[in-house]
Amino acid sequence: MSSEKNNFISCMWEIMKKPSTHYSLGALLIIGFVAGIIFWGGFNTAMEATNTEEFCISCHEMENNVYAEYKDTIHYSNPSGVRATCPDCHVPKQWHHKVIRKIKASNELFHKVLGTVDTPEKFEAKRLKLARSVWSTMKSTDSRECRNCHDFKSMDYVKQGRRAVSSHTKGFDKGKTCIDCHKGIAHSLPAMYEEDPSAAMAAE
Amino acid sequence: MKKPTLIAITLIMGLIIQLSQAVAGDVTSLRGNHNLDQASKNPVVKHWQEDQKPILREFVHQPPLIPHTVEKYKITMNHNKCLSCHSWSNYGESGATKISLTHFSDRDGNDLANVSARRYFCNQCHVPQANAQPLVENTFKPAGIIRR
Repeated sequence: MSSEKNNFISCMWEIMKKPSTHYSLGALLIIGFVAGIIFWGGFNTAMEATNTEEFCISCHEMENNVYAEYKDTIHYSNPSGVRATCPDCHVPKQWHHKVIRKIKASNELFHKVLGTVDTPEKFEAKRLKLARSVWSTMKSTDSRECRNCHDFKSMDYVKQGRRAVSSHTKGFDKGKTCIDCHKGIAHSLPAMYEEDPSAAMAAE
Repeated sequence: MKKPTLIAITLIMGLIIQLSQAVAGDVTSLRGNHNLDQASKNPVVKHWQEDQKPILREFVHQPPLIPHTVEKYKITMNHNKCLSCHSWSNYGESGATKISLTHFSDRDGNDLANVSARRYFCNQCHVPQANAQPLVENTFKPAGIIRR
């Protein structure tokens, strides 16, 4: 069986190595070009299909926990009606970063199959670990996904509130990034994090 | 019964019914002078007051008012958004007023190391302010001990 398979592979390899004798170079180029467009377009379309809120909340783990929490926040409903959906914050815009994130997401599919967070209790128990993972990613990218919309160079500090302007100028002078202060803006924080962050972090 | 008496009673009864209808017509319901088949007026949306300096107290034991909006702030078993600035672990960095020590004792008078469960629900006493006029006029004046 295995020798037959090896024979087939080596046979195919021999054919692929040889120059084409039947088809013109032009036909091969055109067919290759069209097939390339179809495959590449198909790949990108499939990837974009996984990049929608609809896709994210097709898992009940997302819909019942983080999505339900997010529906109560400013990124879901606000005066100007601009909404940031799941991929706006959680999937990078730049292509190569996006592909890397999509490959990493296969781990999430694995845990979906395992049912790691399939009840609210299990989710709550894992919340700190999950939150820390997102926080450290955001910290390492200088809150890149936040900055797709919020750029501190575009902020009009005069128009900001009393507390906002003092915190922002101080924070940026210290080289802080968005996620250093703005934790838990779209989802609930780990239990008791607000009361004492260090104690909540130590619970892990 | 004599005929004139009967007529008199009928007249008086008619008068009473007329009067009671007139009185009923003067009563306005709380939803305003609207027929039931008409939609009532839209309520005016009150806006929370913007971020401001701490508001002075009006009487000695008044829980301080909240001088900022608390829209979408949640207080649940696991979360208390107020504490992210006002707790003793956070007030230093945030520059907010720290929780009073009186909030650290339980109902038996034992001093705890952190906010007592009976004082955990901040908005039971502390409230934000909106541009709402008092519903009932009153003659309240701040306590004399509070200097203005």
